[in-house]
Amino acid sequence: MVTDAWRIAASVLDPEVPALTIEDLGVLRAVEVDGAHVAVTITPTYSGCPAMDVIREDLVLALGAAGYSDVDVRLVLSPAWTTDWMTDAGKRKLTAFGIAPPTGRASAGPIRVQLGVKCPQCGSLDTREISRFGSTSCKALWECRACLEPFDHFRAH
Amino acid sequence: MSDVDLHGDVTVERVTLSAELAGGEGVATPDAAEYALWLGDDSLILAQQLSAWIARAPELEEDVALANIALDLLGHARSLLRYAGTADGRTEDDLAYWRDEPGFRSAWLFEQPNGDFAQTIARQLVASAYLFELYTALQSSSDETLAAIAAKAVKEVDYHRDHAIQWTLRLAGGTDESRRRMLRAVSDVWPYVDELFRDEPLLDRLEGVAVRPSTLRGAFDAVIDAVFAEASLDVPTGFVSSGGGRRGSHFSTLGYLLAEMQVLARQHPGATW
Repeated sequence: MVTDAWRIAASVLDPEVPALTIEDLGVLRAVEVDGAHVAVTITPTYSGCPAMDVIREDLVLALGAAGYSDVDVRLVLSPAWTTDWMTDAGKRKLTAFGIAPPTGRASAGPIRVQLGVKCPQCGSLDTREISRFGSTSCKALWECRACLEPFDHFRAH
Repeated sequence: MSDVDLHGDVTVERVTLSAELAGGEGVATPDAAEYALWLGDDSLILAQQLSAWIARAPELEEDVALANIALDLLGHARSLLRYAGTADGRTEDDLAYWRDEPGFRSAWLFEQPNGDFAQTIARQLVASAYLFELYTALQSSSDETLAAIAAKAVKEVDYHRDHAIQWTLRLAGGTDESRRRMLRAVSDVWPYVDELFRDEPLLDRLEGVAVRPSTLRGAFDAVIDAVFAEASLDVPTGFVSSGGGRRGSHFSTLGYLLAEMQVLARQHPGATW
C-alpha cells in the first residue's frame, strides 16, 4: 500500500523543471498510508518556491486518480532541503534537460572560489557565471565559452 | 480553494492542505507571535520594495536577481506571518492585507525608499548582513518553528548578502559617478542601522526563543568593516535615527507602499486567484 502510494507521489513532476520528479529532487520526504487516508510530506527547495502550491495540487490529483480520496499534504521546513538530497538519476536527467546539476557544496566564509561547472551542452569546463540568480530560485545563469551557449546551473545549496 | 471543481472526478475541497511544521503544531505564544510579526514585517516590506525594481533595474540580470531575492524574502515573511497568526487565528493574508501602518512592526531601515540603484544596494547590504546573523543565531531557538524557518532562511540570505557585497564593491570601485552615488547611499542608509540592534522590552520575555539583537552587532560590524575596507568606504558615524518601527510608528513611505500592496485585497475581499 505504502509502496504504491509512494510510487504515485514520486511520479509528480516539478512544474518548473519538468525533467525531474519531486523524488529526484529530494522534495518528497515521506508517504504514510492509513486506510484510504494518505499523508504526504514535502519540503520546499526555497522558502518562496511558487512550485510548492502546484506540487501539492498535483499530489492530490495523482493520488486521487489512483483511488486515494483523502490526501493530506504536509509542508515541513526542517530539516532544510539541500541539493545533497538530489538523486543521481535526477542529476543525469537535469544534464540531459540542459541544466548543469549541482556540484560540490559552497564553502562558508569569505572565500569566493567556485568549482568548475560543466557545460550540459558540450561538456566543456570553460564556463563562467553570468548571474548568481536565474530563471527560478534554485538556479544561476551561466555561459559556455566553448560552444557559446548560455545554460542554467542548479546551485549547490 | 475555489468551489469550482476543474479536475473532473477529484474534489479538491475535501483535501486539507495543512501547513504543519516538523516538531508539533507550532502554535505561537502571544509574545513569540509578536516577535514573529516583527521579523515577518521586515521581510515583507523589503520584498515589496525590491519588487518595484522588476523591469526597471540597470541590467536584465539585476531584474532577475532582485526579483529572486524579493521572492525569497516573501517566502520568509509568509512563514513568519503564518506563525504569528496562529496565536489569535489570523491568516498570513489577514496580517499582510488588513493591517494599517500603526499595526506594522517593521524597522525603519526597511521602509527607506528605493532611491537609485546604489541606495537599494546599500539598504540591501545592511539588511542581508543583519538577517544573516539573525537567522544564524535563531537556528538555535528553543521555539521549533522559528528554528526551522531560520534554518531555511539563512541559506538564502547568504546569497543575498553575497550579491549586496559584490555590488557594493563594484559601485564603490567603479566610476567616479558610481562611487559618488554609493557614498551618498551609505550615508543616507546608515542612520537606520542602529534600530535593528536594539533590545526591546519584549526580548526580556523571550529568553531562549528570540535572539537579542544587541548580540548580533559585533558580527555585523565585522562583515561591514571588511567590505568597507575592501571598497575604501568609511562607516558613517553621524546622525542615528530614533527609530520606532517596533512600536508601530512609521515614515510616510510605508503608507504609500501599503496602499499599493493592499489595494487589490481590499477592493475584492475574499477573492482568490
